[in-house]
Amino acid sequence: MGTTAPSPAKSPPARSLRVDKLCKEYVAGKPILSNISFEVSGKNSVAIIGPSGTGKSTLIRCVNQLIPPTSGDIYVSGENITGLRGGALRRARRKIGMVFQEFNLVERLTVMENVLCGRLGYVSSLRAWLRRYPQRDIDMAFNLLESIGLIDFTRQRADSLSGGQRQRVGIARAIMQEPHVLLADEPTSSLDPKTSVEIMELLVSLTETHQIPLIINIHDVELAKRFTTRIIGIARGGIVFDGPPAQLHNDHLKDIYGGENWLQ
Amino acid sequence: MTNTPAKRDYGRPFQANWPARAGWLIALLYALYAANLLDISWARFVIGLDNGARFIGSMFPLDYARWQLLVDNLIETIEIAIIASAFGVLFSLPIGLLAARNLMPGWVTWPFRTFIALCRSFHPVIFAILFVKAVGFGPLAGILTLIFASIGFIGKLFAEAIEEISLKPVEALRAAGAPFMSVIGYAVLPQVLNRFIGFSSYQLDANLRNSTMVGIVGAGGIGGTLFSAFQRFDYDFLATILISIIALVMISEYISTQVKKVFQ
Repeated sequence: MGTTAPSPAKSPPARSLRVDKLCKEYVAGKPILSNISFEVSGKNSVAIIGPSGTGKSTLIRCVNQLIPPTSGDIYVSGENITGLRGGALRRARRKIGMVFQEFNLVERLTVMENVLCGRLGYVSSLRAWLRRYPQRDIDMAFNLLESIGLIDFTRQRADSLSGGQRQRVGIARAIMQEPHVLLADEPTSSLDPKTSVEIMELLVSLTETHQIPLIINIHDVELAKRFTTRIIGIARGGIVFDGPPAQLHNDHLKDIYGGENWLQ
Repeated sequence: MTNTPAKRDYGRPFQANWPARAGWLIALLYALYAANLLDISWARFVIGLDNGARFIGSMFPLDYARWQLLVDNLIETIEIAIIASAFGVLFSLPIGLLAARNLMPGWVTWPFRTFIALCRSFHPVIFAILFVKAVGFGPLAGILTLIFASIGFIGKLFAEAIEEISLKPVEALRAAGAPFMSVIGYAVLPQVLNRFIGFSSYQLDANLRNSTMVGIVGAGGIGGTLFSAFQRFDYDFLATILISIIALVMISEYISTQVKKVFQ
């Protein structure tokens, strides 16, 4: 692979995430996730669908080790990050951007400060406290704010923004990490339908231009089909569907969510 | 209401709480009993009123003759309060942070929680007596007293404020690979800063009031002069001291309101 890259010596491998035989049990003997394996790379986007409580959020948090997996391995761009601790874990987490259902911004900080939070893994605490970020980071933040349409809000506090604007800031913060994979945990569940579509468009377009593989937990199957190139259905702790949106039919949905009356 | 169906009895809409009623009754009976026991009667109260009227009468006209002494003492009182508040807040910040159970593991929090409890266990007067014996008469004993009193009070409030923060931004910054001190500076402190300012200015108020009192046991400040005015029946000078203390506390209240406005 990578034979067309301009520098023949060593072209960096495509950004990717590989989850290998991931298992998670909160209570011993009662796995919530068992034997989950999949791989995403380049600018591909994957939607993970499944009923509430099947462990979609757990899966995403196992990837960046916010929740330690019981067994299995996580590879980010080829590097196994499972079991890392301390500084090594922090350096690994820098490569994993995350977008949250409830945005998880620091309400009392400005939009600019929130966006720069994405660089905290790269900047020393002292420089961060003194707000002395490298000029490159600040330029990048301004460019991102321009591209997400929030440049006029740079110096406003995050709690003065609407839900959609806050999620844009959340996405910009994740992109600031220059991540090798972007995880989005129900990024549209706190938003109205129109804003949800705009946020999905933004997520997909930003990750495509930056060549970041995107993984989205999502409840809305229609949004998932419309914006992603691949769908993984999780039920009963395992993957029950993995394929392009066009192949996802009602039979699969019945299998994933159970029942059928809701499909009428 | 002609053809109402057979009326069903739903029972009383509100539950009578007999234990609570009994509790109130017992409290009332005990208060009457205790008053009787201590020989507090209306006649005794009237005698007290008469005595009080003569006491207040002897306070006027105010005695300004020793204003130089008064001003010197007030300045010492203010110095004790400000130095003690500054160091009290300075020490309370890390102690409160280390005592917050949502950010620190149990083996870190319990020594600090114990230390805070220790600082709270004695009234400042008892601390003042201890420090006068330990370091000798004078303002140093007063300053040490109020530093401990401050740690006991705001250390606890700081810890509680930190325990009440939203952990969502903390999760987001951990996921971005931010080092611990950056998480504190960006996700924790912004959420509690204005409450900290409030607690600290309240503590400055409290220290001003307490620093007028520690002098009674010889720990510096205006309290010593106040106490000797009592003992020498200098009620006119006593009244001057009391009025200047009231003025001092009101001024500090005004200043702290202005300070809080600056920090919203």
